[in-house]
Amino acid sequence: MRDQRLWTWHVLAGLVILVFLGLHMAIMHLDALLGIFNPAGDHPIAWENVVARAKLGFFTFSYIVLLGAALFHGLYGLRNILFELNPGAGLRKGLNAALTAVGVVMFAFGAWAAWAASALARTL
Amino acid sequence: MLDTKNHPNRLGLWGWLGGGRWGVERYLYTLHRLTGLGLLAYFLLHIIVTSSRAWGSEAWEAAMARVTGSIFVLGEFLVFAAFAFHAVNGVRLVLVELGWAIGKPIEPVYPYRTSVHEQRPLAIGVMVLAGLLVVAGGLDFFLLP
Repeated sequence: MRDQRLWTWHVLAGLVILVFLGLHMAIMHLDALLGIFNPAGDHPIAWENVVARAKLGFFTFSYIVLLGAALFHGLYGLRNILFELNPGAGLRKGLNAALTAVGVVMFAFGAWAAWAASALARTL
Repeated sequence: MLDTKNHPNRLGLWGWLGGGRWGVERYLYTLHRLTGLGLLAYFLLHIIVTSSRAWGSEAWEAAMARVTGSIFVLGEFLVFAAFAFHAVNGVRLVLVELGWAIGKPIEPVYPYRTSVHEQRPLAIGVMVLAGLLVVAGGLDFFLLP
């Protein structure tokens, strides 16, 4: 039952990623074709464009949601692949703990960075 | 994930990579896993590199300077291509899991018909769409200013 619930979250996280990562990829890697959300022109990673996006609350929100969804989707997917090798109960527990720890630490760090970048951009 | 305790993965790594006599969908499954693992590895590094924006423009410029050059451009294009495939194939997997695009259940009357022929158009459509996205990305990465 628990795995069924986690699998449902895995699929739902994938749909969230499809929307927000699709937007992110369009902005960062289809810039010459679409040219969206890069008000300073130039390259999407130019500091002026980074600041302009960080000033918009939507982007801070979308980065944090995408961060959580992608970490869960990716690490749960990795867990499923590793568990197919039938590790023992102890190793399963260790893998669960390690992957959860990686997810929590990376989410905390990435969310802090998105929030701090937004706060910094609003002072500029 | 289903509990595999009583159903050991006898084929091991080859079971992940080899399609055997299964159809093209089986290789899409393998490619889905490979692209997923690649995207996860890139994403963990991406979080660390892009967090430099929190320390201001100098830290950001220094971080970006460390990831410039043709090797990184090629790497980013591969990430874009992996995303394009993983995303549209993921949508296909969700549709199939929900029972869409695999045909309606029929009586098992000889000569038996397989549902593979029902879902094959979806698999082909996924590959065409992923290919178009990769071409658009390639234009943007390598040809357009």
